[in-house]
Amino acid sequence: MAEYSALSLLKNALSGNKDWKPAWRKPEPKPSYDVIIVGGGGHGLATAYYLAKEHGITNVAVLEKGWLGSGNIGRNTTIVRSNYLLPESIRFYDFSVRLWENLSHELNYNVMFSQRGILNLAHSPAQADEYIRRGNAMCHGGGDGVWLTPEEIARKVPGVDLSASARFPVVGGLLQPRAGTARHDAVAWGYARAADRLGVDIIENCEVTGFLREGDTIIGVTSTRGEIRARKVAIAVAGSTSRVLRLAGIERFPIESHVLQAFVSESIKPYLDCVVTFGGGHLYMSQSDKGGLVFGGDLDGYNSYAQRGNLPLVEEVMGEMVAMFPAVARLRLLRSWGGVMDMSMDGSPIITKGPLPGMYLNCGWCYGGFKATPASGFSFAWTIAKDEPHAINAPFTLSRFERGAVIDEKGVGPTPKLH
Amino acid sequence: MLIPCPHCGPRDLAEFSYQGDATRVRPDPASTDMKAWYDYVYNRPNPSGPHREYWQHSGGCRAHLVVVRDTLSHEIISVAFAHAGLNTAEGRQ
Repeated sequence: MAEYSALSLLKNALSGNKDWKPAWRKPEPKPSYDVIIVGGGGHGLATAYYLAKEHGITNVAVLEKGWLGSGNIGRNTTIVRSNYLLPESIRFYDFSVRLWENLSHELNYNVMFSQRGILNLAHSPAQADEYIRRGNAMCHGGGDGVWLTPEEIARKVPGVDLSASARFPVVGGLLQPRAGTARHDAVAWGYARAADRLGVDIIENCEVTGFLREGDTIIGVTSTRGEIRARKVAIAVAGSTSRVLRLAGIERFPIESHVLQAFVSESIKPYLDCVVTFGGGHLYMSQSDKGGLVFGGDLDGYNSYAQRGNLPLVEEVMGEMVAMFPAVARLRLLRSWGGVMDMSMDGSPIITKGPLPGMYLNCGWCYGGFKATPASGFSFAWTIAKDEPHAINAPFTLSRFERGAVIDEKGVGPTPKLH
Repeated sequence: MLIPCPHCGPRDLAEFSYQGDATRVRPDPASTDMKAWYDYVYNRPNPSGPHREYWQHSGGCRAHLVVVRDTLSHEIISVAFAHAGLNTAEGRQ
């Protein structure tokens, strides 16, 4: 019987819900492991799970400096999509969507993946051309892109301002029907429980303070809970990448940390049943199952590790939201927060062996890390286990910058605030 | 976040444009050292703590500024004109 099922729910209800096991243990760190994963966010936990499940490597510790799910896995706007232009990105993110489609079954944990679609609104003929080109690229790469006319948009999303007098009139939109949203906390908890049941030690409140080395080779870490050794040390710390690499003596790296804000409104009745993005600026919005509108926009645009942003960006996001959906103008904002994004120099991630012997690195997710969680964990685990990349992460090297082989979706160059 | 522009006084963040790390040094344009160019174009120290960075007061006096700002707290530690000569009274003459 699966640990979580209708039958186990009934059985535990009859015994007063006293027999549920904690979703993961709270083990003391052992002196050594086969693999240490620094960072207990979505990517680190997914990596641990796939290491155990796909490669049989279960002597693994995940070290998390705070509590599980306290970083970007609990701070994003929960969107899952693969509407990319470049073949490397389409291949990677489409693989991720396919893993998402079976994730709740695979983990025996309801991650509430809802393929409600994502609609990118286009506001000029040039933008429509660009979106149609992207839709064609998606279809060519095996994905799904559908062009919608304003009449079709009116039927699908009645709240959008489609009037000719709108500040940015809508000329059409690119729909990816298989995209959607997922419950972000459940993704962390689901991967954590599944990894734990396979023998992985998840160690919270354990901050890495340095690296143990033998010559150049990394052979473990020092932490707030003592020295822990491992043959392989994998790093998946998102916005803290430069900070952690500095502990290993790497002072310069193609990453800038930026703050991205997100928002949720008070709950309203069902209003929006897909994810919609605004092409006249940068805004993405969906409605959660609790009824709140969940939305976010651009980066604040300056280096930050603060996990909070400033007001000009808040005003800009609200302005765009009201331009797109005039009906929400009088809604009250319930909460806002910020997360620290590891902005890479071409807007694409880095999943690779190195840069030091014994080290493996997963970073540069910009603000698209959540949707990538399953594929990132899958391909990073592959890279750690086999010492070579999987086909889907082979292009996402660190050396691509030096070789001029950047994967720059937006074509804006090494200016992280624009990606 | 208020940035105290040395010309206009404390002004709202919305008036300024961010132009990134001010510690980067461009290699000699004649240099063919690819490592040096790679390091200049792509690598950043990205510190958590004081960060020396360029801002332009694009919605005000349009001066280019060098700001030292704490990336953990957003506290502004110092502000000066990017053109070093403008930082003295004689230089501004």
